Amino acid sequence: MAYNRNDKGIGPTAQNKIRSNRNAKKYCRFKRNGIKYIDYKDPDFLGKFLNDQGKILPRRITGTSLKYQRRLAVAVKRARHLALLPFVTDNVK
Amino acid sequence: MALEISTDFSNLQYMYETTFLVTQAAEEAAYQQVAKKFEKMILERGGEIINLEHWGKRPLAYEIERNTHAFYCYIEFNAPAPLIEAMEQEYRYDESVIRYLTVKVEKHHAAFNKKRREQGFGKKKEEAKKA
Repeated sequence: MAYNRNDKGIGPTAQNKIRSNRNAKKYCRFKRNGIKYIDYKDPDFLGKFLNDQGKILPRRITGTSLKYQRRLAVAVKRARHLALLPFVTDNVK
Repeated sequence: MALEISTDFSNLQYMYETTFLVTQAAEEAAYQQVAKKFEKMILERGGEIINLEHWGKRPLAYEIERNTHAFYCYIEFNAPAPLIEAMEQEYRYDESVIRYLTVKVEKHHAAFNKKRREQGFGKKKEEAKKA
């Protein structure tokens, strides 16, 4: 078997979980779908940008543009204040 | 020649939205009273209510002052700026209110809210909860 220098034997990362196809180019879903305002009252939607512990995922994984990452962070923080999202948890349902 | 510029902004109306949580210790009737109080406050001080939603008793993502559930109330309204200060003070005085958040509604936000009202996002969720 040929030696593959890219195969470092690392298990599934957060990046793999979100992007099933590793070669697909990342894109900002807010830009692509024309979402201009991120609602803090919709915890199910915001949950897509959090990891299992309820932390906000970095842009390098989700592909969100800087402009919307900033707005997303504000929305998540507002939702946490209203107890719609947890600050810390072990498993987001 | 000096231009006269008014510095009195107290009558300027802005659009806001506010959400507050009422402790689970309050019964449905007590919650309604609190909601009424704030509703009346907005109307009495020159505000105008656009939309009022009772989300009902919802579970909290984390415990607040030993509450695991709370009554959520959401109001969209137009109001002069000084009303917000008075309202937030009232929130702090009222012991049954455990959390509150008031946000000024900007351009894209207003467009989103309009769409939300028309499509009845909040209502759909409420119905799903009841069923």
